[in-house]
Amino acid sequence: MGDPMRIRATAQGDSTEVRVLMAHEMETGQRKDASGKLVPAHYISNVTVTHAGKVVLSAEWGAAIAKNPFLQFRFAGGKKGDEVTVTWTDNKGDTRTDKAVIN
Amino acid sequence: MTHRRDFLQFTGVLGALVSTGLLSAEQALAQQAAWNKSAFEAKSLADAVKALGGSGVKESKDITITGPDIAENGAVVPVGVASKVPGTQAVHILVEKNPSLLAASFNIPAGTEANVSTRIKMGESSNVIGLVKANNQWFMGSKEVKVTLGGCGG
Repeated sequence: MGDPMRIRATAQGDSTEVRVLMAHEMETGQRKDASGKLVPAHYISNVTVTHAGKVVLSAEWGAAIAKNPFLQFRFAGGKKGDEVTVTWTDNKGDTRTDKAVIN
Repeated sequence: MTHRRDFLQFTGVLGALVSTGLLSAEQALAQQAAWNKSAFEAKSLADAVKALGGSGVKESKDITITGPDIAENGAVVPVGVASKVPGTQAVHILVEKNPSLLAASFNIPAGTEANVSTRIKMGESSNVIGLVKANNQWFMGSKEVKVTLGGCGG
């Protein structure tokens, strides 16, 4: 389990803007540590965002996403008080799910 | 022989995941199967497009890449890809000169705007490419981003 995500979902007219900040090292697997050994790759590989039981965005990521990943997008529908759920899984099988209420 | 070695590595990774108890065997398999390994390991634009299942990519003015002209820190480069191509199903972000080109793939369900923003890493100055699948056709747009790793503004 990683650290909690920060999720902000805002209803704007007919659509909802979602901004997510995840806490993750996003190690590329190309960096060497002080002793010269390669640091193994460790990154979020899958992200899914759902609203009212429907997937509104799904993504596959590589190690080229920056540390502590940021994601912003907008979907049609959603109203104040609804819940948005974000789940990520990394390449080592760790996973985390957080929810936010649209405001 | 190479096939055998690949298989052994693959099962090794899976075994480690399962033994830590974080994933059931089926979940681990599903996740491994879903993630497009060959696309994320592609070393050229042509290979990446092929691995994503694309062909006949056309340049399109309807794809806008937002990002800095000059990024002082290649470790954190804010980029966004917006597609006005009707029926956009997927948006991929690629960096032409990164060791592996593909940074991210986004599936855009109906009702979601084809406009995503994130932050990526860039090894050196390069074109950032937005590759879009719409109605089973492929389009791309690009923007050059200069990276000054030394932070001296040069």
